[in-house]
Amino acid sequence: MTEAVTTPPAPPAPVVDGENARRRGWGWLLLIPGMLWLAIFFLFPTVQLFFTSLYDPSGSFERGYAMTWHVANYADAIIDTSNLFLRSFMYAAITTFVCLLLAYPLAYAIAFKSGRWKNVMLVLVIAPFFTSFLLRTLSWRAILSDRGPVTSFLQTIAILPDDGRLLATPVAVIAGLVYNFLPFMTLPLYASLDKVDHRLIEAAGDLYSSPFTGFRTVTFPLSLPGVVSGTLLTFIPASGDYINAELLGTPKQYMIGNRIQAAFLTERNYPLAASLSIILMVVVVLMVIVYVRRAGTEELV
Amino acid sequence: MTESTTGSSGAAGKDLRLEGVTKRFGDFVAVDDLTLTVPQGSFFALLGPSGCGKTTTLRMVAGLDEPTTGRVLIGDEDITDLRPYKRPVNTVFQSYALFPHLTVFDNVAFGPRRRGVKDYQQKTRDMLKLVQLEPYARRKPAQLSGGQQQRVALGRALINEPGVLLLDEPLGALDLKLRRQMQIELKRIQTEIGITFVHVTHDQEEAMTMADTIAVMNAGVIEQLGAPGDLYENPETTFVANFLGQSNLIMADVMDTSGRTVVVDCHGQQVGVESTRSHTSEGRGWLGVRPEKIFASPAGLENHDGSNVLTGGRVSDVSFVGVSTQYLVRMPWGQELMVFEQNTGQRAAFKNGDEVDLAWSRAHAFLLDADQDAQAGMMTPEADT
Ligand SMILES: Nc1ncnc2c1ncn2[C@@H]1O[C@H](COP(=O)(O)OP(=O)(O)OP(=O)(O)O)[C@@H](O)[C@H]1O
Ligand SMILES: [Mg+2]
Repeated sequence: MTEAVTTPPAPPAPVVDGENARRRGWGWLLLIPGMLWLAIFFLFPTVQLFFTSLYDPSGSFERGYAMTWHVANYADAIIDTSNLFLRSFMYAAITTFVCLLLAYPLAYAIAFKSGRWKNVMLVLVIAPFFTSFLLRTLSWRAILSDRGPVTSFLQTIAILPDDGRLLATPVAVIAGLVYNFLPFMTLPLYASLDKVDHRLIEAAGDLYSSPFTGFRTVTFPLSLPGVVSGTLLTFIPASGDYINAELLGTPKQYMIGNRIQAAFLTERNYPLAASLSIILMVVVVLMVIVYVRRAGTEELV
Repeated sequence: MTESTTGSSGAAGKDLRLEGVTKRFGDFVAVDDLTLTVPQGSFFALLGPSGCGKTTTLRMVAGLDEPTTGRVLIGDEDITDLRPYKRPVNTVFQSYALFPHLTVFDNVAFGPRRRGVKDYQQKTRDMLKLVQLEPYARRKPAQLSGGQQQRVALGRALINEPGVLLLDEPLGALDLKLRRQMQIELKRIQTEIGITFVHVTHDQEEAMTMADTIAVMNAGVIEQLGAPGDLYENPETTFVANFLGQSNLIMADVMDTSGRTVVVDCHGQQVGVESTRSHTSEGRGWLGVRPEKIFASPAGLENHDGSNVLTGGRVSDVSFVGVSTQYLVRMPWGQELMVFEQNTGQRAAFKNGDEVDLAWSRAHAFLLDADQDAQAGMMTPEADT
């Protein structure tokens, strides 16, 4: 402004929350049922698990365990299974990445292009949940079997050698994981894409953005909350999964979940199983914290 | 991104033209066969009530809506089918449409960066200073007041110095003082850079003070287009007469249209209207006079040579509004006419029940077609701005 020699005073720093937090008061009452639930079914078992991980490993299921604060359980567990941890996180990371590649266009199409088919498409996304998870994973054995159509096709176009196979390979395990976790990626992505105000995309177009540039600078950044929650909802359960490795792979593809399951149910080595579980939990939580920090969710709208 | 935009070239012959543009949504006609030329570098105001198709018209110029029929041209270039991002047109959206994930600075810098402008940072800082938002550069739009957001929207479009700038009620959320300031500023920018402004507003005062040309729009068509003074002094429809300012409309019979003055009969009293201001020829018509053009005097006391006079009025309401006093005068045929009188202090004010004669100069009345609704374009309370 020409006559605006009087510069406006520096504005106070924006207050994000704080004030509002103090006014919640009664809202806490609403938290009680959930808190109770968490205390009984999460906190208590976790504490129990933690103690179990420190039992004397020379005990057994039949004779009972002595609580000896046997920290060495953890060292044993890590030495025993470090390659399984690595494999689990690698499989889970690949699964998450492939899910993102598949789910993003799908969620985008549902949110922006499906018109009146939107609800139908959403139902189709969750339709697999109507049948058993086990059954669906088992049917992937048929799909990927050595004489099955997928293998034959890949052999015909020479992507796979003639004696090559899919079943019992990492490809099969990851394919199963991707298939099983795809809806967990698609739904959060859809939710945040659907919230993107169409007028913002128009504004980007008005400001010299081609459709692709508009996507890169406006739509995608606005969908980041969905990307973050979708990747978490995929990565976390995938890294602890054992069904896919068991049904579609061999011990060579086993993940940390398989080892925990065997320690608990077959070997009945509870201290080992418990310390493995705790390690998995801590590592995943640490990874999530680093990831969410880097993605800066608090900055996102 | 695209460099096909010319920006402000200053070259003549970049008029914005709409030719027979119609927009239908299903059966509903939002804009009806609109033809209009906005000369390059002019300040053009689109004025009209809510829902008359102003935003739709702008969206077709910006390329966000496609006309059902008709063409949009800038100069000789037909841009009807050009994608929005290739048009030398920017919009200040009615809903602001600020990018919530970007800071104020990045919002304003958005256009220049897409176009690969080298010194976009300096340009952005200059623009933020212009819209008085420098201290807020690092904030997100959600942390701004409505008026501040509106100024971000303004800066984000202005910084591109487009050939045509479309402003969809850009000042609606500002308080009166800031609004006046921004009006002056907008006008200054417009004359300085020579951008064509198409400015949509509800505020007739804003339109009249800023625009070179005003188009009054109603139900998808332009009722009348012209310089602010012409539109106000010589409206062609009852809608314009009522929508721009206020008018007294009196039913009259047209007696004689032969001379330079058209003679009409108003409930038994004869008055004249200049023929250039008569927009009907025979039968009946609406005789229009603006309330501030009427001079009220005590009944029978003054000589009104050369003026039109209506006698037999009786003051029925007096309201004092500071600079002026507004009277309602009940005429013998029952109608109440508005009369505004400046508070010069020369004369004592009338009181309720006083008998008065009403007089006005011939050059100040206008005559409209009687088929129109005399209430058309009146401000309903909720549409009042
Ligand atoms: N996408 C659409 N589908 C159907 N009808 C629409 C659509 N967009 C606008 N309309 C209708 O077209 C008419 C004109 O709308 P427009 O937004 O141009 O009004 P406006 O003059 O800008 O009004 P305001 O001053 O309230 O902003 C309205 O009656 C509106 O309901
Ligand atoms: Mg509008």
